Amino acid sequence: MAGSPNTNPHKPRWLLAELTYACPLQCPYCSNPVDYSNYPTELSTEDWKRVLTEARKMGAVQLGLSGGEPLTRTDLAEIVRHASGLGYYSNLITSGYGLTEARIVELKEAGLDHIQVSIQASTQELNDHIAGTKSYSHKQDVARLVKKHGYPMVLCVVIHRKNIHQMADILKMASELGADYLELANTQYYGWAHKNRDLLLPSREQFETAEKIAQDYKETVKGKMKIYYVVPDYYEDRPKACMNGWGTTFLTVAPDGVALPCHSARELPGLDCPNVTDFSIDAIWNDSKAFNFFRGDDWMKEPCRSCSEKAQDFGGCRCQAYLLTGDMYNTDPVCSKSPNKHLVQAAIDQAMASAEQTIEVPLVFRNSKNSKNISN
Amino acid sequence: MALNPDSLWAFSPMHRLQWEEAQQKDVILYPEGMVELNQSSAEILKLCDGSRNLDKIVTDLEEKFQAHGLKHDISQFLEVALNNGWITEH
Repeated sequence: MAGSPNTNPHKPRWLLAELTYACPLQCPYCSNPVDYSNYPTELSTEDWKRVLTEARKMGAVQLGLSGGEPLTRTDLAEIVRHASGLGYYSNLITSGYGLTEARIVELKEAGLDHIQVSIQASTQELNDHIAGTKSYSHKQDVARLVKKHGYPMVLCVVIHRKNIHQMADILKMASELGADYLELANTQYYGWAHKNRDLLLPSREQFETAEKIAQDYKETVKGKMKIYYVVPDYYEDRPKACMNGWGTTFLTVAPDGVALPCHSARELPGLDCPNVTDFSIDAIWNDSKAFNFFRGDDWMKEPCRSCSEKAQDFGGCRCQAYLLTGDMYNTDPVCSKSPNKHLVQAAIDQAMASAEQTIEVPLVFRNSKNSKNISN
Repeated sequence: MALNPDSLWAFSPMHRLQWEEAQQKDVILYPEGMVELNQSSAEILKLCDGSRNLDKIVTDLEEKFQAHGLKHDISQFLEVALNNGWITEH
């Protein structure tokens, strides 16, 4: 545990406000905790406004309004208006489900800066299957309306074994919809995605083929559409610089008010993550056990501790170390220097064996019934 | 790619230029991203209001900072800005 509060040079820049766990979609790779049904309470409008005010005062400037589906909050425009008055750049991260033109206009007037719409696949059949809800044509309409009303339009497509073969069509769809940015997010295996990993993880060959198609397309749409490619870290030699370092940049507040150094940190044991209804954002950021837990590098074990690259990737992801090795202090096993690298290979092998099965196990969709079953 | 000397430059409507008190610097904000600017870059971008071409931006900045020979640096930065989509031809 490094970083005494008085010497903490880092201030929050990004605030991810997970307004609710409620969602009409059931994506089997959802990053929400699998036991989200255990946390049914939601912060009030006034609590959110206070959180926004306090975080802004400390320097947070990018605001993600997420969930669940943030549109299920009837006070969304009021929260947006408050954020806009404080000078945040506000990003609505939505499935688009339930987004009408009237609401798009209302949010624009409230000062919303950008809308990110997720689409699950390039075809209706697969989109609606993955989303667990009929939503494909509505999402396309929403994407067009977002453009029409002058927002920068970001299309987000989560990539996995069920849709990775559609890469060329996904790129074409994004271009035709007029997306300013396309985020191709290879599934990160936490939460529900970890639960469904055997069915979602593509092979290395599939990744490489799809990545090449996406990289080539970057040239085609240069100056019109920016493509962000979120790398599939199971096939990397070095871990991602998770959260830009623990407690340096990111602050997530979960629907029930629990403040998290990353949105998956709820899965880690013993962090005692504080609630914004009990503490100020300043106290949470500077003084809480959770935000100081992996600050700096005093916590590191070998091979990270003596590694020349530790200031670049911060040992990778704590949640991944915990999920794959059972010890959150371990080097992220994605790293080729990790003595646990074989666990990543074992996960890949297991997923590939599952792909060979003639009778496929069904996906576990993200919904309250499944969440309750998993939690019990 | 050389800049067209006649083009009038405007800051992109898809981005936002904003002073950040906590960081004591100007930043460019866009979907889920932020670029921190040094003072000279910020001064150049603030003059991209759709009414100035390259020469006018250079003249105004040289006057403001009592300096000479800024054209090369300003031109280079505007190319970077254009490639990043921070400015557009008005």
